[in-house]
Amino acid sequence: MKLQDVSKRYGDAIAIHPANLSVESGKTTVLIGPSGCGKSTLLRLIIRLIEPDSGSIEFDGKPVTPDNINVLRRRIGYVIQEGGLFPHLTARANVLLMARHIGKSPQETQNRLLELSDLTRFSENLLTRYPMELSGGQRQRVSLMRALMLSPELLLLDEPLGALDPLVRAALQKDLKEIFTRLGQTVLFVTHDLAEAIYFADQIVLMNEGRIIQRGTISDLREKPADPFVSEFINAQRGIASV
Amino acid sequence: MNRIRKAGKEEEIDSGNQESRRSKQFPRFLVCWLSHFLLIFSCVPAFLISSSSAADVVIGSKKFTESYVLGEVAKRTLTDAGIPAEHRQGMGGTIILWEALKGGQIDAYPEYTGTIATEILKTDSNVSPDQIRSSLEKLGVGMTAPLGFNNTYALVMRRSEAQRLGIRTLSDLQRYPELKFGLTHEFLEREDGWRPLRERYGLPQQNFIGIDHALGYSALANGSIDVKDAYSTDAKIEESDLVVLEDELHFFPKYEAVFLFRPSTRADAIAALRCLEGTLDETRMIRLNAEAERTKNYAKAADLYFNGRDGAARRPYQNFGDSFSRKLARWTLRHLQLAGFSLLLSIIVGIPLGIVASRGGAVGHVILGFAGVVQTIPSLALLALLVPLPFFGISVRTAIAALFLYGLLPIVRNTATGLQDIPRTLRESAVALGLGPIARLWEIYLPMASRSILSGIKTSAVINIGTATLAALIGAGGLGEPIISGLNLNDHVTILEGAIPAAVLALLAQWFFDLLDRVLIPKGLRL
Repeated sequence: MKLQDVSKRYGDAIAIHPANLSVESGKTTVLIGPSGCGKSTLLRLIIRLIEPDSGSIEFDGKPVTPDNINVLRRRIGYVIQEGGLFPHLTARANVLLMARHIGKSPQETQNRLLELSDLTRFSENLLTRYPMELSGGQRQRVSLMRALMLSPELLLLDEPLGALDPLVRAALQKDLKEIFTRLGQTVLFVTHDLAEAIYFADQIVLMNEGRIIQRGTISDLREKPADPFVSEFINAQRGIASV
Repeated sequence: MNRIRKAGKEEEIDSGNQESRRSKQFPRFLVCWLSHFLLIFSCVPAFLISSSSAADVVIGSKKFTESYVLGEVAKRTLTDAGIPAEHRQGMGGTIILWEALKGGQIDAYPEYTGTIATEILKTDSNVSPDQIRSSLEKLGVGMTAPLGFNNTYALVMRRSEAQRLGIRTLSDLQRYPELKFGLTHEFLEREDGWRPLRERYGLPQQNFIGIDHALGYSALANGSIDVKDAYSTDAKIEESDLVVLEDELHFFPKYEAVFLFRPSTRADAIAALRCLEGTLDETRMIRLNAEAERTKNYAKAADLYFNGRDGAARRPYQNFGDSFSRKLARWTLRHLQLAGFSLLLSIIVGIPLGIVASRGGAVGHVILGFAGVVQTIPSLALLALLVPLPFFGISVRTAIAALFLYGLLPIVRNTATGLQDIPRTLRESAVALGLGPIARLWEIYLPMASRSILSGIKTSAVINIGTATLAALIGAGGLGEPIISGLNLNDHVTILEGAIPAAVLALLAQWFFDLLDRVLIPKGLRL
């Protein structure tokens, strides 16, 4: 996955200045920055929920176009903060929606479903429940299962743990990291929480006001800040969370 | 609005991509809807076809007792002559009957010379019957000679009140500007009605209201009004002890009863109608009218005409034996057909319109605006507007079309609102999964909006059941039939015979749709 000179503006407000970003295969890249810095916008540009004004996006060496986007979307998993589960479908139907839609065999999907419920530690008994009948953490596990159903090459996570209470959040962080490692999954993870970023990241990408300020490991950011903002951001978070 | 526009934009982004194959699962809730409606309305085509009459000659009548009675007399005369005839009772006012005659929905109806001159030919009311006949011939309509009585307009008062004030003539009214007038809507508007009358006699009264003819008699009896317009052969004049105020200036033109007919009607039918010429004087007509109001049975009143004329043995009237329960069943079935079929059309058209409207933009505004404007047209006016159009006329079709238009707004609006209320995150999740636009609509958006859509349909159903009572005004039948006859006869029991079942039907519909909610709204949305 590669973004080249991608930009986006809404009227006079520039959401993303021309940005370059590549996500390394099999690694977890974390996009971090203060609210409104454009990190979620960048994610939404990748899956084309919004159209870029300029620049190109490549996936697996091929440019993403309106013609191939729906096929590519099936090779990308996307999880958002509220889960995005459809309330009229059971957990199971939510997970199987796309697989059924593209005509995968029931046997194949059933096996995959069991595999995933095991992987995400989501009890099979709960699969017949509707999203309203699940807790926030359970919903995020279902959402993750849905995103992983078609074995996507890239997993996009937009503050997936942002709405959870600390205990549930900690448990899910641990499980997520385990899952990524086991699957060798390529992940692009958006968060505003530095501790979470450090926990997951192979590479951290720090953004502010629509620009990518610096990319690297946490030690790069600490020791060789590219900009005073980098130190400011790290120190501000250090004050509350033990880093 | 922003959100919708944005969603619309996102649709464009992947518009080039189409599903390699459509989902096999047709949304369950839609399948349910369709099967329900097919079940209920499988009888509809049959009744639409049968709504064109099997009888050779169709007689129409206006919405008042005398016209009903004359219609029955004509029907009886024709059937006695061996000509299959049907009588469509109380179809409406002059314009509706005239259009129906010209349009061929009816073959003949009773009319009055004064009305023809002023309302139809738009000429002076002093023209002679012969002049009228030749003018009508040019319009392709035939007219019999007068039947024998003059049913002109008159103003009437309570006898006691008139005597107390010493009012005998219309001029005497000048002295009492405080008198309250209750006048029929038609009289208020007519070229030979209230306004010129008031000018001619210099009447000072400011206090006048428009009121239904039959209700006006009750208002007169209980003193809510003091003066009302009436027809000089009204049975009520004798019954309620009223006096006709003398028209000393001869303001009111002659209203001699005749039959208008289509010259293409079979010749023996025209000949039979001609036999009625000169056979009914005023006293006799008042008696027939009184009989009709007393027995609530126009056919029976018409019998009196034949008995009095030739003393023939009284023939049992075919429909007279209709029990109330059979009549009620007939009215109710027709009512359900009217409301149900129009609702089905509203659903079929309204949901797609709502989907388009939910995307906002100019088209969306036009759709919602149109549906909203239709809703503001009074239902009676909408019916009257549709009647002169080709294809419609006086028919079940017109009633269904009007009800369909009425039912549209709640469905369109609720569909649009239901879709617009889907949170942006869920719309985006559907897009991000890689579902195409059609699959998103069928599998995600419509099921999620189902509660709102169903509640729109429920509203439409209840409105339609209520409004369908007006269909009887244009001869489309239903539970409005007893309501209109009841209004006409000033008979509360008859009104209730239609009003109560209509209310019960509305409640049942509400209950039925509540039940349907449980079947059709996905369980996950009802938690």
